[in-house]
Amino acid sequence: MTIALDHIGRTVAGELHLADVSLTLEPGTINVLLGHTGAGKTSLLRVMAGLDRPTQGTLRQGGADVTRTPARKRSVALVYQQFINYPSLTVRDNIASPLRLRRARDTEARVRELARLLRIEELLDRLPGALSGGQQQRVAIARALAKGAELVLLDEPLVNLDYKLREDLRDELRALFGSARPGGTPATVVYATTDPAEALALGGTTILMHHGRVLQHAPTLDVYHRPASVTAARVLSDPPMNLVDGVVRDGAIELAGDLRIAIGAGAHLAGLADGPYCFGIRASDCRLHPAPGDVAVQARVELSEISGSETFVYLRGADQPVQLIVQQDGVFHHQLDDELTCYLDPDRLLAFHQGGDQRLVASYHPGHPGAPAAP
Amino acid sequence: MAEIVLQSISHSYDAPRGASDEPARGRSAPTYVLRDVELRWRDGGAYALLGPSGCGKTTLLGIISGLIRPTRGQVRYGGKDVTKLSSRERNIAQVFQFPVIYDTMTVYQNLAFPLRNRGLAAPEIDRRVGRIAEILELTETLQLRATRLTADQKQILALGRGLVREDVAAILFDEPLTVIDPHRKWLLRRKLKAIHKQFRHTLIYVTHDQTEALTFADEVVVMQHGQVLQRGTPEELFRRPAHTYVGYFIGSPGMNVMPCEVERDAGGARARIGDHEVALPAQLGTAVAPTGRFELGIRPEHILVLDGAEAGGGLPVSVTAVEDHGRFRIVTGYLGPTLGGRSGAPAGDRPDDHRIKIRLGHTSARNTPPVAAGGTLRVRFPPEHICLYRDSQIVAAGERPGSEASP
Repeated sequence: MTIALDHIGRTVAGELHLADVSLTLEPGTINVLLGHTGAGKTSLLRVMAGLDRPTQGTLRQGGADVTRTPARKRSVALVYQQFINYPSLTVRDNIASPLRLRRARDTEARVRELARLLRIEELLDRLPGALSGGQQQRVAIARALAKGAELVLLDEPLVNLDYKLREDLRDELRALFGSARPGGTPATVVYATTDPAEALALGGTTILMHHGRVLQHAPTLDVYHRPASVTAARVLSDPPMNLVDGVVRDGAIELAGDLRIAIGAGAHLAGLADGPYCFGIRASDCRLHPAPGDVAVQARVELSEISGSETFVYLRGADQPVQLIVQQDGVFHHQLDDELTCYLDPDRLLAFHQGGDQRLVASYHPGHPGAPAAP
Repeated sequence: MAEIVLQSISHSYDAPRGASDEPARGRSAPTYVLRDVELRWRDGGAYALLGPSGCGKTTLLGIISGLIRPTRGQVRYGGKDVTKLSSRERNIAQVFQFPVIYDTMTVYQNLAFPLRNRGLAAPEIDRRVGRIAEILELTETLQLRATRLTADQKQILALGRGLVREDVAAILFDEPLTVIDPHRKWLLRRKLKAIHKQFRHTLIYVTHDQTEALTFADEVVVMQHGQVLQRGTPEELFRRPAHTYVGYFIGSPGMNVMPCEVERDAGGARARIGDHEVALPAQLGTAVAPTGRFELGIRPEHILVLDGAEAGGGLPVSVTAVEDHGRFRIVTGYLGPTLGGRSGAPAGDRPDDHRIKIRLGHTSARNTPPVAAGGTLRVRFPPEHICLYRDSQIVAAGERPGSEASP
């Protein structure tokens, strides 16, 4: 069932929580709500759930206006950060509770099915208090899915879990969301998180939020390759995108400190009019070993951040007032203040307007079919 | 500042101190959350304790700080037995998950508090607070109330309360970045690194997050079930995990571990995984008992996907899913040919231990052939990246020629 938000706003005691949010969520899609703490993610989820009423705008579920319909009369389920279960009920009864409320038949079969999907079959007779945090959150997710709601909302469900557990569960959720509603279309999922890696791992579409507004809503990889603005690039940053101001003049990009990059005919930046721009390049398109055509920058190490599979080297330009992050595959050690040469791949530059709302002007990526065209 | 030594530390929350493992009459045997932990940390090093919830890392931190007295074993600071001393007597500073600061005081008063407590004269307090505030970039906030700081500034302030004490023996961190937004974390990590470089305090950092541990520490201790599985530099943990759990825990996704049998003859050594054979590097063949059951470990990023020209060689992998994460792709599949052309669905009758994950560069990166769910890939395990395990413990690992160089 399509969920449509039309100019939703919410102001509480003079404070703006949501401003002019218009979104259409297609049935059965996974939508990641990504933004920093305080961006309005929880406010928007609560409006979608019917727990709070917007002060402006309308919310439609399958065409019907549900703006004033209370949560209990909507087909919606919500999973919170904290692991919320009924402490005195077994895992089985926790998962079954929404089914019993609906007086559903074959409760046991459905409970077993969900327990199998979430890998908690062995725990059905235990009480939630006897489970680990990860297991408790699996129970809460199973109960939310048992409701069979058309709209499933999750508010940073993995944030209180161990890193490795989060990684495992996130993989499972991606597979689970598409399959967990019996006899109907899969539920429409909205998943709030502050973690860009989680958005990229879940796939689907991403809704970028910032200061109560929606910056961009598109397939996650389109947001990644074609961020609508500098702010959008910053929110979906994994790690932060490198940004450098420059000027296009005489068929070349001139960056601070006499760095000059010729723009080849037919290159994705060939259509840029002369003038100032902000150029962006991701850490994965910068390296410490050159490939043909790369642009070299002398720099000093500020930090090397090791994720376990790769090393992100944070650099400050030796001659240029720039900050650059370079990805190295594997684990490497760098001393603070070490001097290095880093290389940028000019075929992977993004160009943004320098002033105003700093919107995207050109990307190396054409965008996926159905995605909005370049602004 | 001091070298810190943990000697034969065991701890149980339900056994009397100094007790033997024999249960007292009529009681069940005590449960040990730490067993025979031996660690020696040199003065001025940066160390991390890494492991999942319940591995015993927080209990161990409590024993180091003096909040918990171990059931057995000894804690020494600079050669002195401090096992029975309180946190205060050990003179350590701590930074917790949630910033511990006085909300009603100004930033200045917060930093001055530990010094006033120790009876320092006002000009000396002023000098030290001014200096630490400058290093931590808190100078402009000194007259603000601490409640007005951002979450990361509050955590910096909590750290500053430790740093003003020039005689502090060690600074302990218990998941200090929990409340910090992902996009602000690197700033704090950099600050911690810079402070360590400048002051050379002994720093000990407890976390479940590999990025936190590997970025922060010169040496990481990986724990599971109350025991130390491995201590080593980030490079060592990545290249040569001593235990299959370390291989899984470090890296995203973790190391692939597949049961195998090892065979040896004049031509060299091979690992047999089901119907498939993998050549082992020379030193693996001679380092291990000639034959028997082992586990072969290979990291997802080290598996090479062969292109068309090399088809026919290598191992077949039937692909069940390809996920594009933007800067890399994760291919999930099973060792072996495709079963009846089913796409997308997991091969139900395949053993789970033949499941394999491969990590590839992004689509425009070089050397990345197209892959799709339902298809078959041919892959190769470069011998220099293979680790061989027996009962989860490492027995041998491939070595890269001229190994320490960058690729």
